[in-house]
Amino acid sequence: MQEELQIKAKTAQNNPTFFHSVRLDKTKCKGCINCIKRCPTEAIRVRKSKSPDGILENSPKAIITNEFCIDCGECIRVCPHHAKLATYDSISALSDFEYKIGLVPPAFYAQFNNLDDKNIVLEALVNMGFDEVFEVAAAAEQLSEMSRKYIKENPDKLPLISSACPAIVRLIRIKFPNLLTHLSPFNAPVDLAAFQARKKAMEKTGLPSEKIGIAFITPCPAKVTALKYPLGIEKSDVDAVFAMKDIYPPILIYMKHIEVEKIKTVSSSGRIGVGWGSSGGEAGGTLTDNYLATDGIENVMRVLEDLEDRKIGNLEFVELNACAGGCVGGVLTVENPYVAQAKLKKVAKYLPVAISHTDGEYIENAFIEKPIEYKSVFSLGENFMESLWKMGQVDELMQKFPCKDCGACGAPTCKALAEDIVRGKAKKEDCVFLDN
Amino acid sequence: MNNVVLKYVIDASDFTRAGEASSDVKNKLKQMNLPPEVIRKVAIAMYEGEINMVIHANGGEITVEIAPEGIIMTLKDNGPGIKDIPTAMKEGYSTAPDNIRSLGFGAGMGLPNMKKYSDSIDVQSEVGVGTTVTMKVNIA
Repeated sequence: MQEELQIKAKTAQNNPTFFHSVRLDKTKCKGCINCIKRCPTEAIRVRKSKSPDGILENSPKAIITNEFCIDCGECIRVCPHHAKLATYDSISALSDFEYKIGLVPPAFYAQFNNLDDKNIVLEALVNMGFDEVFEVAAAAEQLSEMSRKYIKENPDKLPLISSACPAIVRLIRIKFPNLLTHLSPFNAPVDLAAFQARKKAMEKTGLPSEKIGIAFITPCPAKVTALKYPLGIEKSDVDAVFAMKDIYPPILIYMKHIEVEKIKTVSSSGRIGVGWGSSGGEAGGTLTDNYLATDGIENVMRVLEDLEDRKIGNLEFVELNACAGGCVGGVLTVENPYVAQAKLKKVAKYLPVAISHTDGEYIENAFIEKPIEYKSVFSLGENFMESLWKMGQVDELMQKFPCKDCGACGAPTCKALAEDIVRGKAKKEDCVFLDN
Repeated sequence: MNNVVLKYVIDASDFTRAGEASSDVKNKLKQMNLPPEVIRKVAIAMYEGEINMVIHANGGEITVEIAPEGIIMTLKDNGPGIKDIPTAMKEGYSTAPDNIRSLGFGAGMGLPNMKKYSDSIDVQSEVGVGTTVTMKVNIA
């Protein structure tokens, strides 16, 4: 898996802002139309691709258009043949570092039965081999505090749209240019947590930065992409990204042997921080009644459309999660998202409201370094005049197509096929209904 | 070079569909290398007009012409007409009934916003016959 990631990273060097964790296992792909129909950005086509030496392959397979993909993981969820995968690091990726830090997102606590003390999880991770564990929820509740301040100080930026879900940030960047000014300027909790963990570890151990390895336990491929090829910051402080489902089986064994009375780890986050793992938690942390929280990529798209059309007024904060249920619904988690939501409530029940604070200030590294820019990837042509002409061509083609959206051509809709044709990526003959 | 002409029939009987036409135009413009600001202006101006047609005029027809120099929207209805156009263009002036206001509409910002977000606007109206609004948003 790690080798694959390296190969993928190499091919992404030409176009690093469109690196993706989501990829296809060609040997498993049957060329069905499940993924093309569910992809929210219509990024997937089922076509015969050319091998590196230019030979057309025998059977059509899914092809992901890099520029359109936002790493939401929907295709991984729906592929009945498990041909869609997420790339991430193997657990050995930290072995060369002298001091190993694990970053634990709140959604991880939601994976376990009857867990009412998250210190058990943190202690078990230390016993697994991390020198230190750091709660992403701690940075999250600091971000909650700073977001409250930012909302008060910047009425012109409202509603503030959460930037915590990388799939949503990538969706807005390619599809909702007029909402970019509303995007929260804060780093995602994992980035702030990684920065703080590294700084603290350097002070504590006296080791140079390069000897400290930080791994994040991810619930989703979008976070892998965001940490390997971040937007808004030059480089993330995270060195490796592990899948939650890979950490889950071994940690269960370590958790069994924890004696609760002997736990040394002290958790650093309260209900607000832990709440970020589930939809509505981040919005709740802004302590405003004027918020909207939506989860599930299709619902999110509808809300973004309405926000763009200014159909939703007077909001202060908008929380959007690509996965149903929030981060607990990520495709690399183990538990059913709704069961996980219930479990997370149990974990949070007896916690203080918040433990990590910022004392009313914007703390170091709270903000991203540069604003995220619009990428007009869906344009039909290179410039307006060419696009205008091609839009006319699309219209003409649409008069001829049956509008059954059957997917037999490998495009999700007749309109998508028409657009592919004017972009030079498909032929009219690909439509099985047209008499040519 | 032919301009792209888009035609929409606005059906006022189903309020859940109000805004569909402007949404479609917006998504088409996003495929045409236009500056986001142009898309924003067209989307807002047309949405306001479309909602007006649904609320006041029992629907109508919208024609959108995408041309090299700009986007021209023509919104034509056979509604009650506007008695006093200058007054109707004032911010806050509204004739919307209470049931519409309770939905969050009818704040008297429809025509003023259409004026604000388009580069030119022309309103032709005859009481009892209908209203035709022509808006243009310039490109660059």
